[in-house]
Amino acid sequence: MKTTRLLPAMLVALVGAAAMLAGCGNEAGDRESPLNGLPVLNRALSTEPESLDPQKSRSVQAADVLRDIGEGLVTYDAAGNLVPGTAESWEIAADGLSYTFRIRPDARWSNGDPVTAADFVFGLRRLVDPATAAFYAAEIGNVVNAEAIVAGKADPAELGVAAADERTLVISLLRPTPYLLSLLTHPSTFPVHRGSVERHGAQFARAGNLLSNGAYALADWEPGAIIELHRNVHYWNDAATSIDIVRHHVVTQELAEFNRYRAGELHVTSSVPPENFEQIRADYADELYIAPTLGVYYYGFNMTRPPFADNPELRQALSMAIDRQVLVDAITGRGEEPAYSWVPPGIHNFEPVQLPYADLSQQERNAIARSLYRKAGYSAEKPLRFELRYNTSDTQQRIALAVQAMWRKVLGAEASTVNVEFQVLLDQMRNREVTEVFRSSWFGDYNDANTFLAIMQSDSAANMPGYANPEFDALLQSAGEQLDLDRRRLYLEEAERVLLADHAVIPLYFYVSKHLVKPEVEGWQDNILNYHYSQHLSFGAAAQDGRP
Amino acid sequence: MLRYTLRRLLGAIPTLFLVIVLAFLLVHAAPGGPFDDERALPADIEANIAAAYHLDEPLPMQFLRYLGGVVQGDFGPSYSYRDYTVSELIGRSFPVSVHLGILAMIVAVVTGVSIGVIAALNRNSALDKIVMGFAMTGISIPVFVIAPVLVLFLAVKLQWLPASWTGSEGASRLLLPVLSLALPQIAYVARLTRASLIEVLSSDFIRTARAQGLGTAAIVRYHALKPAMLPVLSYMGPAVAAVLTGSVVVEEIFGIPGLGQLFVRGSLNRDYTLVLGVVIFYATLIVLLNLLVDLLYGAIDPRIRRR
Repeated sequence: MKTTRLLPAMLVALVGAAAMLAGCGNEAGDRESPLNGLPVLNRALSTEPESLDPQKSRSVQAADVLRDIGEGLVTYDAAGNLVPGTAESWEIAADGLSYTFRIRPDARWSNGDPVTAADFVFGLRRLVDPATAAFYAAEIGNVVNAEAIVAGKADPAELGVAAADERTLVISLLRPTPYLLSLLTHPSTFPVHRGSVERHGAQFARAGNLLSNGAYALADWEPGAIIELHRNVHYWNDAATSIDIVRHHVVTQELAEFNRYRAGELHVTSSVPPENFEQIRADYADELYIAPTLGVYYYGFNMTRPPFADNPELRQALSMAIDRQVLVDAITGRGEEPAYSWVPPGIHNFEPVQLPYADLSQQERNAIARSLYRKAGYSAEKPLRFELRYNTSDTQQRIALAVQAMWRKVLGAEASTVNVEFQVLLDQMRNREVTEVFRSSWFGDYNDANTFLAIMQSDSAANMPGYANPEFDALLQSAGEQLDLDRRRLYLEEAERVLLADHAVIPLYFYVSKHLVKPEVEGWQDNILNYHYSQHLSFGAAAQDGRP
Repeated sequence: MLRYTLRRLLGAIPTLFLVIVLAFLLVHAAPGGPFDDERALPADIEANIAAAYHLDEPLPMQFLRYLGGVVQGDFGPSYSYRDYTVSELIGRSFPVSVHLGILAMIVAVVTGVSIGVIAALNRNSALDKIVMGFAMTGISIPVFVIAPVLVLFLAVKLQWLPASWTGSEGASRLLLPVLSLALPQIAYVARLTRASLIEVLSSDFIRTARAQGLGTAAIVRYHALKPAMLPVLSYMGPAVAAVLTGSVVVEEIFGIPGLGQLFVRGSLNRDYTLVLGVVIFYATLIVLLNLLVDLLYGAIDPRIRRR
């Protein structure tokens, strides 16, 4: 073989490639150099936050990062209990229409500036200002003038939020809002540093520009890959922060995430892959955390068109014929609970109302479902035919096929399954022109039943089925006027009873949060909100350098 | 040569304009909007957001506004990365994709040509079958299988290499992605080289060279390899484009902030400006790559230059 003379040329090429590899390493290595040796927590985000601007962000993932770098008047402890945040205390007026917050004297921005009541006023006005185009502008709709400002009919300065002095913030409400404190933990209500927004404009939420008032500050953001946070030494409770550096890695694939966890590159995952879940449960028993969360997976009916409009018995028949236990055992299989209510169990100050047949066996349910189906005018000779739409995904498809089979077997109904891309499904659900039965889900924004029930009001944009029952609307309206929390709860529970009796939706199961957490990470606590602030986590003494 | 280049470049303008028009119409024809979500927005908020991004204007108006920006090199703000502009995002991610793509192409060409030459010179021997068999596995196993398998063995079990882009700061984070990207290309290059070299080696001028007493190595090196490289070269244009655009899967698996991942995210989120920006960018790139390959052709083969 004399072709070996080609080798020198090839070697040159390979050396060139190696040089390029090495070159890249140097340039990236700079990021870490001043921080070598400090404890680093590596966490995963399932998608890239669309923004780290508190008022412009929208996704759960953005909120996860924002809760590390910012802080509202109120916040949560590791177990998910409401605790004072940047406000050290507050008073609620007897009529429930005015909240007065006292800001901590030692609250500081990440550059050392004091956090003042004016910063909160600025942030909240910015939230409702149409120019901000904030997704969560409706969150504080109960604040005086908020809705008019969002609609462009009032000036943001007219918002019912005022700084009585440097450290005193007064929020005025149109109606009692018992969940206001929960709302004030949400990143959209975080304060913003006025000078920094005015200086940097649209580039305000960049590393190097963004000032924050939480336990960490944004140090680096490489879109599509990683968000790095460093301890904010000016944070009022900095002494309680244990981990110096937090890296939020963007990992879109569950399997890739699991591999990174196994390779020691992540301490905390955002989920667990459905493949081989049983194996993972067995192999990582001590590292796997599964907990109920505020999310419901449901099938909705198009309530504006035949065959399901004006046909509650038919809707009930379809609902009863689904064996939810089979779905959660055989298909989702990651600890999900079958759903017999709209509001998930475990929500604050609420006892979810169960569907009346929750206590029956599936055989008993099937028998009733069959008779309702016949009563609605359908039979083996004249089966109900309709379309079941879901967004393209393996899990959605398996659930749809299972439900389709249950409907066929129990009732003889012929559902044809149609899968479309997620954005297409959203479009079709909203237009209500082609949808008949569709799959959707809802996740609570705060720990109160209102976040689930309110979307089923007739004027709610998120009311996908087009459900409209004046009785339901009136009950929610009354609940909103109650000062007494027990009375309010009764109204809300009654509203859920009405909603369930109308069978506009088929709740199938409640979501659970699923995380793998390395044994050396301490302070992890399951909570229904699935909020896990990095400031509550620490490394055990055995692993002080933070390497798994 | 210069006139030819200029003519080709001017000819690309109508092509690019057509790409922009078609892409614009297609992204806007796709059902659903960039801000649709299961948590649907109240009408007032939706209107504010539409106004902020000029989505409330008639489509022709939006197109003119967009085109005006593109002419000035401004691809507009991204909808799914609200803190960044499309130009910034492409500017950040393209170098990453190029870096990865060039490395993968170098590995693919060096390995592929070597395998092809060895196979051609030992035609139909056991060695031929072994190296070509190795190359074929690269083509047959899709990247989304190879990459996780590589991760499983080299990163998870042996812990020699990082499993992801952000799993390490050093150069080692490039090895698995480059290997995953290069493997299918190696096979193509090897097959092209082998077939082409076999053909060239049987031509008259090689026989003449042999008759003059040249050894195999000299013949391959000085006479056969250059003409044999023509098909490989013409494959390079599409291959570079394929590596740059087709790295989506590899980028997703390794969490690499490249252009492919950006494009997928943009499409799924109906991020009109991001998708359009990447499409226009890709289209320009492919036009330029094709031109470059044609020019290189002339440089290698004098017959083409003379025509």
